[in-house]
Amino acid sequence: MPEVASSQAAHTRNLTGETFPRLLFHHAQVRGQHPAMREKHLGIWQTWTWAEVAENVRALACGLAELGFKRGDNLAIIGDNRPRLYMTMAAVQSLGGVPVPLYQDAVANEMLFVLQDAGIRFAIVEDQEQVDKLLEVREQLPQLDHIIYDDPRGMRHYNQPFIHDIEAVMAMGRIHHQNHPDFLEREIEQGVTTDTGVMLYTSGTTGKPKGVCLAHQAFIAAAKGGCQFDQLTQDEDILSYLPMAWVGDHLFSFAQALVAGFTINCPESGDTVMTDLREIGPTYYFAPPRVFENLLTQVMIRMEDAGAIKRKLFAWAMDVAKRCGAEILDGKPVSGSDRLAYAVANLLVIGPLKNVLGMSRIRVAYTAGAAIGPDLFRFYRSIGVNLKQLYGQTETCAYVCLQPDGQIKLDSVGKPAPGVEVKIADNGEILVKGPMLLKEYYQRPDATAEAINGEGYFMTGDAGFFDEDGHLKIIDRAKDVGKMANGAMFAPNYIENKLKFFQYVKEAVAFGNGREQVCAFINIDMGAVGNWAERRGISYSGYTDLAAKPDVYNLIQECVEEVNAQLVHDGMLADSQIHRFLILHKELDPDDDELTRTRKVRRNFVSEKYAVLIDAFYAGKTSQFIETQVKFEDGRVGKVAADLVIRDAKTFPVVRQAA
Amino acid sequence: MSEQNQNGRRVGEVILDLQNISLRFGGVKALTDISFNVKEHEIRAIIGPNGAGKSSMLNVINGVYHPQEGRIVFHGEERKKMEPHMAATQGIARTFQNIALFKGMSVLDNIMTGRITKMKCGFLEQALYLGRAQKEELAHREKVEEVIDFLEIQHIRKTPVGRLPYGLQKRVELGRALAAEPSLLLLDEPMAGMNVEEKQDMCRFILDVNDQFGTTIVLIEHDMGVVMDISDRVVVLDYGKKIGDGTPDDVRNNQEVISAYLGVAH
Repeated sequence: MPEVASSQAAHTRNLTGETFPRLLFHHAQVRGQHPAMREKHLGIWQTWTWAEVAENVRALACGLAELGFKRGDNLAIIGDNRPRLYMTMAAVQSLGGVPVPLYQDAVANEMLFVLQDAGIRFAIVEDQEQVDKLLEVREQLPQLDHIIYDDPRGMRHYNQPFIHDIEAVMAMGRIHHQNHPDFLEREIEQGVTTDTGVMLYTSGTTGKPKGVCLAHQAFIAAAKGGCQFDQLTQDEDILSYLPMAWVGDHLFSFAQALVAGFTINCPESGDTVMTDLREIGPTYYFAPPRVFENLLTQVMIRMEDAGAIKRKLFAWAMDVAKRCGAEILDGKPVSGSDRLAYAVANLLVIGPLKNVLGMSRIRVAYTAGAAIGPDLFRFYRSIGVNLKQLYGQTETCAYVCLQPDGQIKLDSVGKPAPGVEVKIADNGEILVKGPMLLKEYYQRPDATAEAINGEGYFMTGDAGFFDEDGHLKIIDRAKDVGKMANGAMFAPNYIENKLKFFQYVKEAVAFGNGREQVCAFINIDMGAVGNWAERRGISYSGYTDLAAKPDVYNLIQECVEEVNAQLVHDGMLADSQIHRFLILHKELDPDDDELTRTRKVRRNFVSEKYAVLIDAFYAGKTSQFIETQVKFEDGRVGKVAADLVIRDAKTFPVVRQAA
Repeated sequence: MSEQNQNGRRVGEVILDLQNISLRFGGVKALTDISFNVKEHEIRAIIGPNGAGKSSMLNVINGVYHPQEGRIVFHGEERKKMEPHMAATQGIARTFQNIALFKGMSVLDNIMTGRITKMKCGFLEQALYLGRAQKEELAHREKVEEVIDFLEIQHIRKTPVGRLPYGLQKRVELGRALAAEPSLLLLDEPMAGMNVEEKQDMCRFILDVNDQFGTTIVLIEHDMGVVMDISDRVVVLDYGKKIGDGTPDDVRNNQEVISAYLGVAH
């Protein structure tokens, strides 16, 4: 009888397939008293054990069911990293629904598209601020039935019947559970491992954001591969402070935590991350290069204010670390005298420094999302922080390549991770295949078909190549790689990253596709350049003023010329040396749509907005007037105008080897 | 009986009644025959040009100055001559026009000083940190942490106040006043010298304090936009005399007030 056979097959498939809710209740059984989550409240770290998390998830799930949440519904999660928002993810998955985390700092209108696209009926949000945003656009969201908030502050006068306190929902859920004790187990049993576990929206660097549907099995495969690769155990501690809507946070704070059973720690607020990092002392840490850079800049600025003896001691310790720190970390042979010097430096400077940074206990740290400067990378490795790079996209659960311990190269992203197949297409594009691939783009079969080719490879859109040791090197976005007028390859990101490795340069945008020469916009780093200016007694009133100082131009010109000197040796990119540059009068800002929320430059938008400046570059002008609209945080609009100086930079003659 | 006013606040009975107050410093008349009252849960603003007597008025309310004439009735009791610390124990807390914090102490310790009137243990018990003192300190610390959480200043909990920017110091000062769990909060120019964003934050905190704790607030402020937005009733002083009293709209249309602020054509 085929019917029985198929239902039996479905049954066995259900019991063997892992889903996140099953993992959660498994941990509640085998390590019920082990801490699963921590959050600082009123200055004291509060802990939830796995058993408590499971109970909370059950209450939440039953409460949501009571409100009418159904299998297949999408639920928006908007807020900072809060334990109950993570619990919501598991609760929604238990009911066969799909959590859709959104970037919490987006304004209401930016959220609107995703809320409409995903057909959101339920939203769980952190606080009054997010509730207000949803109410602002509610008229355009006829399908939005319920809003649930986590933090009751300021919510006393919101008496709309569709707004609920999460406590009330959970209380409702607990009663529901008493009346239907096996309801949730049955719901979880119905879940299959190929169900969409989470939907993460792409940042929309190009066009409208797309909802990436990632199945339970994809994230579990990625998380298992990562845990096995770095031998992560239930004893890891991780600080969950990056946006929940970002694939990296979902991998580290949710998927890997549920696979390995380790503890996630939520900071008290966005401003306390540094303090919380020090107090928790995570063993496993992830941060984009920007965070590592800020940490280092802060240390350096504070060291410059220290006394002469301390400064000397610090400089000596850093010299020792630079000489042998990374080698000691990699277990390479190091002379006895260097080992001794490093031990002393570690005792006096490096150890305390790591403690201040909150990095004393780190076993594995990762960075990704943007290129990391070689000096920065080397610094952390030299003080004994096992910082590594990885490569991945939202569509691949942030899991494609990882750097193995002891085989760290500054300019590669490592080897293909366990279970992942990587191939380079003829045009240089990186293609990947494996269990971690997306199921589909939400209601976009056209986009899905475009992204996955006939052989089942996902086309990353990045251009790269394998080096002689099998490590993957990324050059640029494949579509950004263009040709200059003379036919030479032009990879803007590659050039911009080289510029951004200087601490004085915050952002850079290079132009040159189809042109004779490469020109670049520069954003100076207010902190670093400001400090530099103060030390030289240069007074300034604000960003626009500082950016226009001739001394600052000289400083940036040195950086540009050094990049040119490096580019000469880069063979196929030697023609991309920067001939002309200018320092923009305002910082590129996500609020002005110039950057994505993850702070990537929207290249086309910028080149249209500042077309007059690009024309001035190639018309050979030495200055250009521009007036730009800026949006302030409170939504008001203002104008910034400046007469921008355009400078020529020194370029180096390309020595071509005879073919 | 309480009723909802136009801002949705449940304004109650009169809790502070000032009747015919006159205050002189020698021959200088700071306040002349001023009468007004403050009702429970309301936000009451005192405005006026420089030197109008606004700060003197606050100082009269919390017992720093003693008016030569007039009656002050607080919570139904006529006030005899008293000292400022007695005002504090009666539930009146204030912030100052020029920040008056302990610059070398941390934010936490500064706010903790706001609890001083609530501490019952003796000096020796506290110094030795004996059983009762420990329990009391923990309870006070929890209250202080609630204030820190409320004002969203967790990130500067341990920072010495002197290192903080002006806007945050103002917030810490409000925190110290709140730690005393006052029923009447006096704010002397809480938004002076702030930028737009800081002002918005401060407004939100003042409204939240009023809303969540039901605290009655008397504030002096120069930013008319702020005053008109958040207060229920406004008293206008000029040269130590009351020239207007009523809702923001009444005051805005009062000819005398307009003349005092904009000058009169002669």
